[in-house]
Parts: sequence; C-alpha cells; structure tokens
Amino acid sequence: MYVAVKGGEKAIAEAHALLAELRRGDPDVAELSLDQIQNQLSLAVDRVMNEGSLFDTELAALAIKQAQGDLIEAIFLLRAYRTTLPRHGVSTPIETTDMRVLRRISATFKDVPGGQILGPTYDYTHRLLDFALAVEAMDETDWDHDAHHHDDALEDQDTETEEASPTLSRVLSLLEREGLVEQPPSAVSTPSVDLTREPLDFPAARETRLQALARGDEGYLLSLAYSTQRGYGRTHPFAGEIRSGVVMLHCPVEELGYALPLGEFLVTECDMINQFQGGGDLEPTFTRGYGLQVGLSERKAMSMALVDRALRADELDEERLSPAQDEEFVLAHCDNVEAWGFVSHLKLPHYVDFQSELALIRALRQAAETPDA
Amino acid sequence: MHETLTDYNFAYLDEQTKRMIRRGLLKAVAVPGLQIPFGGREMPLPYGWGTGGIQVTAAVIGPDDVLKVIDQGADDTTNAVSIRAFFAKTAGVATTEVTTEATLIQTRHRIPETALTSGQILIYQVPIPEPLRFIEPRETETRKMHALSEYGVMHVKLYEDIAQFGQIATSYAYPVLVNGRYVMDPSPIPKFDNPKMHQNPALQLFGAGREKRLYAVPPYTDVVSLDFEDHPFEVQSWDSPCGLCGSTDSFLDEVVMDDAGTRLFICSDTDYCRIQRERADG
Repeated sequence: MYVAVKGGEKAIAEAHALLAELRRGDPDVAELSLDQIQNQLSLAVDRVMNEGSLFDTELAALAIKQAQGDLIEAIFLLRAYRTTLPRHGVSTPIETTDMRVLRRISATFKDVPGGQILGPTYDYTHRLLDFALAVEAMDETDWDHDAHHHDDALEDQDTETEEASPTLSRVLSLLEREGLVEQPPSAVSTPSVDLTREPLDFPAARETRLQALARGDEGYLLSLAYSTQRGYGRTHPFAGEIRSGVVMLHCPVEELGYALPLGEFLVTECDMINQFQGGGDLEPTFTRGYGLQVGLSERKAMSMALVDRALRADELDEERLSPAQDEEFVLAHCDNVEAWGFVSHLKLPHYVDFQSELALIRALRQAAETPDA
Repeated sequence: MHETLTDYNFAYLDEQTKRMIRRGLLKAVAVPGLQIPFGGREMPLPYGWGTGGIQVTAAVIGPDDVLKVIDQGADDTTNAVSIRAFFAKTAGVATTEVTTEATLIQTRHRIPETALTSGQILIYQVPIPEPLRFIEPRETETRKMHALSEYGVMHVKLYEDIAQFGQIATSYAYPVLVNGRYVMDPSPIPKFDNPKMHQNPALQLFGAGREKRLYAVPPYTDVVSLDFEDHPFEVQSWDSPCGLCGSTDSFLDEVVMDDAGTRLFICSDTDYCRIQRERADG
C-alpha cells in the first residue's frame, strides 16, 4: 500500500511506452513525414523556430512530430537541443531593406513606392471551412504553390526576383526624411547580451528586450499587445510597414577579412508608427516599435512591435501604469518554456511541504480551540 | 544498466558551460548566502523540475563520484528516479541510495536525516531563490535590499504572522540568515531541516535554473533561522513515531491508507527508514 504512493523506474518506462503508442495513433493511418510537416504545417514550424531560437525547419518539424503537435513541447525540445550546440560566431545584422519581398503592406499610405503586395495572407480569406481540403489528394487545387511554402519560396528566389523588384524602400524612411518619425537606433556599439548564454538583467537594454520578445510566447505577447490597444498603456499604433521576404545572412570570417554569405532565409518584420512625442522645444515626432521574426509570423511580429513600444515608456518619459509597460513583469514571464516548466512542476510530489502546512494548520486550529494553552 | 551516451559531453553540459557554472559557484562559496546570477542553460528536463540542481551537479560531478538523488527525502520518487537515470546515462557514474556512500547528493525539499560528513556535497534544487520575492516582486528592488541588509520587511512579515495566528505561519522555505550577513531562502525544505544547515560539515550548493541564480553555504557556516526572542524558532514534531521503523526523530509523511481516512505516518527519508528497520531487525 505504501509503495503504491511512490513512483519508480518501471512506472516511468511504462508511461513512455504508452506515450509512444499514443503519439503514433492508429498504425493503419500513414505516419507523418518531416517533409509533410515542413511543407504543410509551415506556420507551426515557423513558430517553433522563433520561440525555440533555432532556424532549422527539419529539426523543428521533428520536434512537432515528436510532441504530437504540442507546440510549446516542441519549442522545449528544440531549445534543449539548441543549448548543446557550440556558438561559432556572431553574424552581421541582416539588412531587411534589401529583402526580396514576398509580402509588403502599409496601413499608413494608400500607395507606397513599390506598391502594396499582399502575398500569401489569410487576411482576406473568408473563414469558411473548405470541405474540399478534407478530401485527400488535393494537389491540383488552384492554390498558388509558390506563395505557400518556405522551401518553395527559397527555391524560387530567382523567379521571385523577376516578379518583384529586387528591393523596396522602407515606408518609414519616407517619414524619416521629413524628420516626422524618430530615426531607428544606429548600430549597437557594444555586443548585445546573448540571452541563451547570460541571465536577463534589469533594467534591460532595448536590444535585450527585443531578444527576449523574439523568443517570447506568441499568445502572451498578443494579449499584452491587445491590452495596450484597450487602454492599458495606449500607444496609438499604426502599422507603418509589415514585410515578409527573403534576406541574406552574412557572417564575418576573420581570416578572410569580410563577411561570408551563409544563405538566405525568410523573415517577417513589423515597423509600427506610434504616438508622437514633443512639445516645448522639441518638435513633435512619431515614435516607433519594432518586431522581427523568422518565417511568416506576422501575428507575433506585430505583437512584438506593440509591446516593444509599450516597454519604451521610461525612455520616452511616459508614466508606467500598465502591465505591458512594466519591463520586469513582461520580460520575466514571456518565456513559455520557463512558464510551463514552473506551472507543470506543481505535478511533482510536494508531500513534505504539504505535510508541514498540515501540521501547522492543525496546530493553529488546536490553539484556537484552547485559547489559554 | 544504462549505456553511457556518446553524443553528448560527460554529464551532458559542455566544458565551457561547466566552467562558467563553477566560477559562479566559487563566488557563491566566497560570499555565503549571496545569490550569483549565472548563464543557466536550457536542460532536457523542464524548468521547475530541478534544472538548477542538475546544472550544479553536472558542473561538479566527476567520474569517481557516487551520486544520490532524493525528492521529498525519498530515492524512489519519480523525479528522483528520472534525474538519477539522467546522470547514470550521461555521466556513467555510480549511483546509490545510501546517504553515507554518496559523494554528491542532489535534493529537492529535504536534507537527509543521516548527518552529512566533510567532503560530501549537498546540491539543492531551488524554485524561487529570492527570500524577499513574495514581499517585493521586483528584482531591482530586492537586490538593493540585500545590498543594504534591509531585512526589516522580513521581520515585519514574521511579526504579522504572530499577530494574526499567534505563531510564525511559515512551515517550509523558512528564511535563514547566513554567516550573519545575507538572508537566504533554504529552498522549500521543511523548517524541520533548517537546523541541519547550521555548521554542517558538508558543502551546500543551491541552483535555481529558471531564475538563473546560484548560491552556497560553505562547510561549518552559521545558518540561523529568523525568529524573535519571545517567539523562538521551533521545528515540527509528531505525536506518533514512524509506522514502519518506529523512529521518533525524523520528518514524517502522512499517508492516507483507505477511504475511511486511516492515516499512516512514515519517514520521508527512505534511506534513514531502511537503516532504522535493519537496526531493529538485527
């Protein structure tokens, strides 16, 4: 009877066997391949790569398969793998102005140089279940294949290049020229903290905050971003520019004396224009918030930009009254692997602590019953 | 029993990371009770499940070490089994359930009943390393409070307990003053275990993975549980002895035996309970 309370090696092994069976599901149904996940669940792959802080579509697909589609579990798997990898160097910052654009929109101007390019977006789909998709072998639908998959997007760069202009000037640069919007910060002189190697320290520099937000939980950041729109730290945002496309990654090699191109990958960037500052001697100027994610991760990039702006409250002399403006609150709780780890640890035995509390509460009740004692 | 993994470094972590953790630990030993930030890594076990303790163990373990892992005092609880298997697999070290045989003991929520000896290392898993956290949630503030030894709020909290309940209503993670300088969270051990920390011959290391903090109590260091002259610190006691070994001096877990609510009180320290039973039989 007493033994039944405690777990053991055998119980764990049995649990793992059950899990493997559940993961596989009905063996008569074909097993998922990593190719299928990479291609047909590419937005899940993007989320796992972003919050897992590792760009590797194949490993992300493996993590999703292994986690039965539980994305937070997949993110955890990818992070636990990533942490064992050596750091070979630091790339030069990617230049998103040189992006080969797959999608680019601005909500602040009806038309912009280069035009509004919708690209592959769910924005204007009617959310009607497409029962045609329920039927298998839908390869011959009229969906545009090229626009749909990363790999295709990467492979078809040449055709993309021909279709779209090679680079599109940034929407906010139009306002920068007039001095109506603050200049983006110039290159950071000191190397940024690598949050996967060093603990988060408060107060955090903006680039450190952005790093934490980039790997922060999408749902958490979405809700915080939403809260700023409902008055908890209002910033009057406009989607100045949202762009997705392919950028080149360079890494400096000391022996060569220049930065070596490593390859291209898809990113999504959001440049938010926010309420202006100024008054007195200062000319009124729009401020901005910034979001960047790998893959097609627009919801996260926009949320990140809104939260980034809200967190600049101190820097911009705004009163900090709302959760989204509170750096320690936002950053200390945005990591879903940490959050789920600590919440889930409540499943671990706490007999000793609980026994201590039981003994205490009994003693307190006894003392209350016999006040003279 | 387990094959040693070859894809990963000895004890999982790479040597640079271990060195970084050891540097943190040296600083922690030099300033007893002070929380040292460290570049905590993502481990293959979840945050909150002992990643801090695991990283400390990985940083100090060698091939000749004998490892014991306990959770709630017991060697056979699922998470203790899991962590022990992790090191058996990644480091190929010998493991034991016998407190006196172990060179390293990783623990969650207990200090073994058997007295530790010089040369042993006790490694605590810590969820919230900041003893002032539930009084002041901001790290920037609590850091200042430690720097200035501004611990009045902690005494106020304990006093409020006495005003409300007639006694200090903290039964585990009971705050201690280390080496007369830093107030420290002893991790969620029952206050029953607090006196064992004082002047302990073993080295006590603490790792908080999610919060990325290390701290330490070197051997033979003063560790005093906070209290008041008229409300001195007291530990828990039980009316009945252990139902298995008859011990009257160990921390007892309460086990509900049937639907009628019959209770059995047994040692939380399974190794200690075994020794007592063997002594009674022999």
